[in-house]
Amino acid sequence: MEFVRNFPFLTIVFSLTCGVFCAVTRGKTAKRLCVCWLTLTFAMSLSVLIYTLRTDGSFIYRMGKWNAPWGNEIRVGPLEALMATAFSGVMVLSLSGGMSHIFADCEEGKVNIYFTMAALLTSSLFALIYTNDLFTAYVFVEINTIASCALVMLKSSGRTLVATTRYLIMSLLGSGLFLLGVVILYGITGELLMESIAEKVQDIFSTGEYSLPLTVVIGLMSVGLAVKSALFPFHSWLPDAHGSATASSSAILSGLVLKGYIIVLIKIFYRVFGLRVIVAERVSNFLFVYGILAMICGSVAALRQVDLKRMLAYSSIAQVGYIYVGLGMHSEAGMVAACVQILAHAITKPMLFCSAGGFMDVSGGQKSMAAITGAGRRDKLAGAAFTVGAMSMIGIPFFAGFATKLALAQGAVGSDKIRMTIALAAIVISTVLNAVYYVPVIFNIFSGTEGSEKAPRPKVGYVFAMGTFMVLNVAFGLFTQQITDVVRRGLQLFGM
Amino acid sequence: MKNKGALSRLWSFAEYGSFREEEFTLSPSDERHIDTDTPENRWLTTVQNSERSVGARAASWFSRRGVEIFQRLYRVAAVFICFTLIGVLLAVVAFLPPFGGADNPAVNEVPERYVAGAVEETGATNAVAGMISAYRGFDTLGEAHVLFVAACSVMALLRIDGPARRHGCLPDPEMTGEDMDFEPNSDLILRKAAKILVPLSFIFGLYVILNGTSSPGGGFSGGALMGAGVILNSVAFGFSRTERFFGERVYHIVKTACLTVYALLMAYFIYMGANGIYDHVWLGVPGGIVSGGLILPINIAVGFEVACTMYCFYALFRKGGL
Repeated sequence: MEFVRNFPFLTIVFSLTCGVFCAVTRGKTAKRLCVCWLTLTFAMSLSVLIYTLRTDGSFIYRMGKWNAPWGNEIRVGPLEALMATAFSGVMVLSLSGGMSHIFADCEEGKVNIYFTMAALLTSSLFALIYTNDLFTAYVFVEINTIASCALVMLKSSGRTLVATTRYLIMSLLGSGLFLLGVVILYGITGELLMESIAEKVQDIFSTGEYSLPLTVVIGLMSVGLAVKSALFPFHSWLPDAHGSATASSSAILSGLVLKGYIIVLIKIFYRVFGLRVIVAERVSNFLFVYGILAMICGSVAALRQVDLKRMLAYSSIAQVGYIYVGLGMHSEAGMVAACVQILAHAITKPMLFCSAGGFMDVSGGQKSMAAITGAGRRDKLAGAAFTVGAMSMIGIPFFAGFATKLALAQGAVGSDKIRMTIALAAIVISTVLNAVYYVPVIFNIFSGTEGSEKAPRPKVGYVFAMGTFMVLNVAFGLFTQQITDVVRRGLQLFGM
Repeated sequence: MKNKGALSRLWSFAEYGSFREEEFTLSPSDERHIDTDTPENRWLTTVQNSERSVGARAASWFSRRGVEIFQRLYRVAAVFICFTLIGVLLAVVAFLPPFGGADNPAVNEVPERYVAGAVEETGATNAVAGMISAYRGFDTLGEAHVLFVAACSVMALLRIDGPARRHGCLPDPEMTGEDMDFEPNSDLILRKAAKILVPLSFIFGLYVILNGTSSPGGGFSGGALMGAGVILNSVAFGFSRTERFFGERVYHIVKTACLTVYALLMAYFIYMGANGIYDHVWLGVPGGIVSGGLILPINIAVGFEVACTMYCFYALFRKGGL
């Protein structure tokens, strides 16, 4: 067996250990340890991606001596490797893009805990991406939940505490529903491994025994993960949590944490229940409708915000809506669009949040629209990054956001007539709304006087993060076809 | 703008989950009806009423009463959804396979092999220990780190980093008046009982951990017993006596060592197993103390980690530091 096959398991287990070590070191050491290890995981994930592309296939990695139904296993394919590479890269960039804020916002003795949480969160994201077992998914969903709440909480202010409390309650509700789903599913199938459950589910579906529990399980899991990934009617926790946390936390939470749960949901739809059952149970219709509502309502709400970070948070709700619309099209093209959207949003939104952090630096820590007037001229790098990100969000060609809108529209055209009409109309309305709230901000940050406040000398990490984010965004827009191919191949290998 | 429309209030309800205070206070324009019955006022009211169209009056009524009605409906809907969920879940229970039935889907080749082969394959006569630490060891590694991440979060939330507390000396409770600065009340009966119970719970906890491979118990339950012993010790004899053997430094060393050892053992086990290399682990004599191969060291590591976490929770909630 090639050594590269061990990399996914090594990234999961030693990210946990890295977090443990960060908890007992001082802030600066923890920062170095965490960033170095996460960069290493990025390199490892990248080599796994190259390996899977070269062999053009997926492989099962047995976690221990025993084969799957008895022991644990993880599954690695092109899609998983691509997600892991993107997530670890974005994690490093988000951390270095908001590094000065982390040290300013956290209490002095607790900075190391921030990096502990970041490392554990990365580990859980890897596990959610690679897992082939529902219970493993649940265990790492738990780590993900607690660590992401702690990332919000570590900025010490009353507002973040309130936001964390709401986030924790909603997130635990989601975990609880998901766990109930796993328990009932185990009761009626007797399996936890995804392939084995899929076989049993097909039997149940054709014989009709346990059909009510099956419907309820699909509902519980979808609602549970939708609450955790802030689908429209369950989104109320998100703006507070993402708007009040420190810059890196907002970037990580909206760029990666939301997507981790959606990846689990895609795995459950594709590998556990199968598209046939999902369509027959009409879950995809609900997801489609709520996704459309999220696209519109998230954008309308973003329009009303006077606080930059809250506006970005509402924009995240709209973008999560795009993913769910893709899932709800119950076609392969829709799934591809959803995955492309996950990647595109993961590289765009963290950039926007990091540049919002840059604006706050040169506007006396304020984040209201009035305060950041001219901030793009005071901090030119953040201004450029924000412009690139906003154009990507609006969907200008040659940026990442255009790729997803195109993929989604292609998915819609391949779908039935009603869906096509609704989805295309929603994409158009949402694009216009995006432009209506992003363009004034671009004008705002470049208008007015330059002001007397001088930008602090930019840190190397910040410049590197912003530059890489911008390059990535344009590269994503230019090489959309290749990325879409990898995603499509990965989904084909997903099975069914 | 103070006189927001009803819709915008409902929106803010959806946004914040509750109405903010200032949105409750009705703007003066909403309260134009005047109680004092002077001719002047009566004239004023008539004029205002005739000025305002029916639509405007309806809007003003809606913005006053609509919010109340919406809030009431919200509660009714919450209760309704709650009971619907309960009803659906109860119905599901009725459709599930009977508890403990021999023909259940859960009775398949997986538990069969756990029951039949655990002793031979893992060396543990306690099949549950074999299952959680060997067969599905990766899940349990994650589970141990759930405890760790929870302890870290509580520490981030509750630890107080004052200059005095950092050096381990408590400030004078009479001066600060803070509840957390008082040493726990050391009652005589409690102290006498604790003198017997603390060593007992330590020894029993160790026994449960060490025999985890051959009898019910293991790292999690034994660690909870030991943690309870440490908590009882600090309740009866005070934090200063507990700090002699269990301060923040010891906590960090024990916890880091345990989790690192656990992760390394698990990584070795998984790496060897996945690559099909013989792992040179002596499984020991089934039923003896040294049995189960890696399960025994894993149980010890988990046990001490759980004990640390238990005491960490107690101390952080009680006095904001270890």
